[in-house]
Amino acid sequence: MPENLFKLNAKEYILPGTRACQGCGLSLGYRYALKALRENTIVTLPACCLCVLHGIYPSTPVMIPCLNNSFASTAASAAGIVAGLQALNKTDTTVMAVAGDGGTFDMGIQALSGAAERGTDFIYLCYDNEGYMNTGTQRSSATPMGAVTTTTPILTKQQHKKDFIKIMDAHDLPYLATVSPSYPIDLYEKFVKAKKIKGTRYIHMYVPCPPGWGFATKDTIKTGKLAVETGVVVLFEIENGKFRFTGRSKTLAERGNRLPVINYLEKQGRFRKMNIEQLNQQQAWVDGKWQEYIRRAEA
Amino acid sequence: MEERKDDNISAMGTVAIGEAGKTGDWRSLRPVIDRKKCIPTVKNKPACFLCWLYCPEGVVKAGIEVEIDLEYCKGCGICAEECPPRAISMIREDKSHE
Amino acid sequence: MSNVQIITGNQAAALAAKLCSVEVVAAYPITPQSQLSEILSSYVESGELKAEYVRVEGEHSALTVCISASTVGARVFTATSANGLLYMHEQLHWAAGSRLPIVMCCVNRGVGAPWTIFNDQQDSLAQRDTGWIQLYCRNNQEIIDTVIQAYRIAESVYCPVMVCYDGFVLSHTMMPVDIPDAAGVRAFLPPYQPHTILSPDDPRNLNPVLFPGQRRDSEGVLRDGYMDMRYKLQAALEKASETIRAVNAAFAEAFGRDHGGMLWEYRTDDADLILAGMGSIASEATVAADRLREEGIKAGVVGIRSYRPFPKADVRNAFRNAKGIAIFEKSISYGYEGGLCSDLKAAFYGTAIKAPIHNYIAGLGGRDVKARELAAAAKNSLAGFEKGMVEPQTTWLNTTTG
Repeated sequence: MPENLFKLNAKEYILPGTRACQGCGLSLGYRYALKALRENTIVTLPACCLCVLHGIYPSTPVMIPCLNNSFASTAASAAGIVAGLQALNKTDTTVMAVAGDGGTFDMGIQALSGAAERGTDFIYLCYDNEGYMNTGTQRSSATPMGAVTTTTPILTKQQHKKDFIKIMDAHDLPYLATVSPSYPIDLYEKFVKAKKIKGTRYIHMYVPCPPGWGFATKDTIKTGKLAVETGVVVLFEIENGKFRFTGRSKTLAERGNRLPVINYLEKQGRFRKMNIEQLNQQQAWVDGKWQEYIRRAEA
Repeated sequence: MEERKDDNISAMGTVAIGEAGKTGDWRSLRPVIDRKKCIPTVKNKPACFLCWLYCPEGVVKAGIEVEIDLEYCKGCGICAEECPPRAISMIREDKSHE
Repeated sequence: MSNVQIITGNQAAALAAKLCSVEVVAAYPITPQSQLSEILSSYVESGELKAEYVRVEGEHSALTVCISASTVGARVFTATSANGLLYMHEQLHWAAGSRLPIVMCCVNRGVGAPWTIFNDQQDSLAQRDTGWIQLYCRNNQEIIDTVIQAYRIAESVYCPVMVCYDGFVLSHTMMPVDIPDAAGVRAFLPPYQPHTILSPDDPRNLNPVLFPGQRRDSEGVLRDGYMDMRYKLQAALEKASETIRAVNAAFAEAFGRDHGGMLWEYRTDDADLILAGMGSIASEATVAADRLREEGIKAGVVGIRSYRPFPKADVRNAFRNAKGIAIFEKSISYGYEGGLCSDLKAAFYGTAIKAPIHNYIAGLGGRDVKARELAAAAKNSLAGFEKGMVEPQTTWLNTTTG
């Protein structure tokens, strides 16, 4: 058992009986994000899976105040909360904006880039389930090549996933990290660290989505772990420009024993139409990104 | 008794358990713990608790006797899948009473 | 003691925001509003105004920042024009639905395509149904006074207020303005009391999804469905008419200037012909009315100050003796007529007001419109009315048509 499990904040901030799907990777990751940030936190989010989890009026299962806002506005909404709190001298509250890949990679990119460039003092959490899952598994710019979605139903997605982390890295943030709910302690520690840092902190959470990706609800943790084992997802943090692998990815980087991507892809229904050429392209793409990270870590 | 009016002028939800109802109803498979295999019970001390760690719903109570809140457990089966000694089995819910 | 300065409309608006001690400003520059963003920046950077100025990357974010800052309890201000306002459209609904007392200046400008940077009122008229109170100003004195009034109105009824004034015609034109003194404004405008504060002390989920039907909370209270909540916004807007009149009266009492509550009238007492409009064109119409009176035509003017809520009772009173009406509008509801014309006709329905109405579309995209042209148009309408013209076609003034 993980030794540091007992160091986790024992308090739960999400009461049971939420509207999230069975086996939801976001529910799990968000559970630990809130444990790390604790009570003095305000969350803002757009229409998305998390908005569903936060519940339908007049009840909410989440014991952290939350401001719902429109799809393109998440980071600006956080900027408004920060400005308002600053104007009223309530500066000890952590402000976190949370949006999915649709609300981040696509419609929310302008507001996020603007808030990050201004150095807004907030945490931006992107939970990346690689598609518009809340509206029924449509393609987003975060969807990987070869995936069937309801808007790429026959030919599969033809383009690689947008490297959004690189875009955020280009903003020279004080803190940027990737996390996976399959590694809750790594996730928790990164949020604890992010909470202590001032300025714009970006955390990218890969969240396996059983209905959207086509795997059994019991396999959420295993799917997330396979993503890391194959290097499709890389766990790292960049603190003031200094790149560092963390957790399982650190071990993989040291030992060089990544699994082939097919081990990850073959277990998900969304890749059922992927052809051999796409598979090879996907492997090459993952290898290329992995090499970039290795170079970055060595630099 | 007179009905209290909703005097909120904008929508502001308050914290409550079971926002989506008793989500235990969603379940088709029910987790059943074999105490003879469950590590904290066997060792008689706090240990393992991976079922607690990985439960997306936070419905597992970590104790010497691990408990799962079946009123709200959605039956995803993650706890059974991740249990190192395979102490949790997912058993088909008996629907005959419905 | 008066403090009269010769200033532009944008300077008047900026001074008003400062006098109201706004705590968060978020704005994106756009012609003809830009000067207003710049002045407020300098107020904040110099420390004259203790506020957070968020230099956002676009208007959608500008209003979003105001929404969120207002939700945590700050008094907020923003301003925009034309396509900037259109870009905010989604958030205009969000602000009103959240019942936030945001005050925004709309420096009226025509919208693209094709581009124009010059004045008309298509931008704000296109936002009619967003749940905002819309007040129109006829001069720079009204701009400073109306912004101050707008905060008191907004914070009384928990609805956002858009203070509209014409781009360039007012925004960039210097006029003498009596600047209210800071202590007087502080006395007139009590501190902002939010109806809900987004705070960790009382965790709530604001503006979540609502079901069509009502639903009980954990204490058994039957809470609103979407439609019940929408009705509350409508009821608030309707009730706001009374507040707008009362705040105007209180302002007149405190500062000695009465700009009309829901509307203002000029020489209407004995007027047979009434010219109507909003903003600077209505102001221009007063000069036209004077000219008409010189020619022996009993003309007067009604300036609509509050377009939403619409002053139904007030216009029924103001137009009760009119024998002919000419409505001048700087916007058009494409495929029909000017929005103000439609609204006035609807307000007159079922009353004794049977006067013929002639609708003029004028000054779009800054097309010049002079007082003598308004007078000539109104005189022409009157001649038509006298010949029995009941339902004239909408006329595009100074425009090549047909």
